[in-house]
Amino acid sequence: MSISERLPISMRTEALESILVERSLVDPKVMDAYIKMYESDVGPLNGAKVVAKAWVDPEFRERLLADGTAAVGELGFKGPQTEHLEVLENTGEVHNVVVCTLCSCYPWAVLGLPPSWYKDPAYRSRIVREPRAVLHEFGLDLGADVEIRVADSVSECRYMILPERPAGTDDLSEEELAALVTRDAMVGIAKVAGPQ
Amino acid sequence: MDGIHDMGGMQDWGSVTAPAPDERPFEEDWEKRAFALALLSMRVSGTNLDAFRHSMNRLQPMDYLADGYYGRWLRGAENLLTDSGIIADGAVDARTRRQLGEDVVEPPEPEPHRPDYKPTAGGSLRPLAAEPRFSPGDAVRAKDIHPSGHTRLPQYVRGRTGTVRRVQPAAVFPDTHAHFEGENIQHVYSVEFRSRDLWGSDAENFVLNIDLYDSYLEPVA
Repeated sequence: MSISERLPISMRTEALESILVERSLVDPKVMDAYIKMYESDVGPLNGAKVVAKAWVDPEFRERLLADGTAAVGELGFKGPQTEHLEVLENTGEVHNVVVCTLCSCYPWAVLGLPPSWYKDPAYRSRIVREPRAVLHEFGLDLGADVEIRVADSVSECRYMILPERPAGTDDLSEEELAALVTRDAMVGIAKVAGPQ
Repeated sequence: MDGIHDMGGMQDWGSVTAPAPDERPFEEDWEKRAFALALLSMRVSGTNLDAFRHSMNRLQPMDYLADGYYGRWLRGAENLLTDSGIIADGAVDARTRRQLGEDVVEPPEPEPHRPDYKPTAGGSLRPLAAEPRFSPGDAVRAKDIHPSGHTRLPQYVRGRTGTVRRVQPAAVFPDTHAHFEGENIQHVYSVEFRSRDLWGSDAENFVLNIDLYDSYLEPVA
């Protein structure tokens, strides 16, 4: 069947929902609750709080790098797709970047649902083969002496990056620091920029 | 299976998508409904997350790609529900066509036949008393195998030699769990490969870390 003959996916979705709901196999209110959770409650702001805390609290940082799951659990962040979390630290010498080549495994509890670029075949196929070229396309050029480490998260282990704290942020509060942290930096395709 | 989903190292997909700083989790309303339906379909069909992943991997490649990420979630959910006899083959097509105003007859509701399956605990991680077969620093080779069912061993590491970096928590084995053939709990290892051992001497120089189940690995003498 050619693509032009396909039924619109929005209609297929509506059709499946109507079949399951009319047989009481699915409750639309439960669907709404799932959607609300990942639209409003769980997102990259969670991870940003983790990063900011690690920047201001050296003991938390140590716990975070030793046992990510337990450390983010201290802040109440746990849940599906984050059964086991390892936090990798980016420095001036080592740059980590995360992918799932087989689907789009991603640490939902700290970063929410994955963004478009992470799910895109171009990213999934290329970041494990030519990470420097891919990072360049994202606008991140790393020095030739920086070791690049790509984590392909195809098991139930999830990865989050602890980015480098930008210069010129000594006077910022933990909350102000969290506002600087981006989703892209916590996956490893960007650095955190200092205050504008 | 060696399917369209196993994208690591494929070429010709073009440039990466530019990130949008304020991107929301869903672009369109139907994606929200597909997301929630897919999550619930695992429970309704009496299956599990590994079976769900496999339900997407075995989509015909055109179907896998046609409607993007949540499109494949929806089609994967349809696979789980038809496999377990919750909805009939063609039921979603027929309902869609009716909603589009076509005069088609919907297939009768089938007799459910959910798999004989019950998880021993929530999630995928499980305690395992047995000592891990490998330790950090050990040289290991990813087996050069081509299972026709579900697997989380990507093609691009098969047959290649790397070094164990870390022993990760033990987990149910996706290759059997996806087919309801047992949890087969085993150790998981983070294994590092040098990029030039994967892609040849002209490749960019970097380290690839990938988490592999014990069954995927063999010792290197």
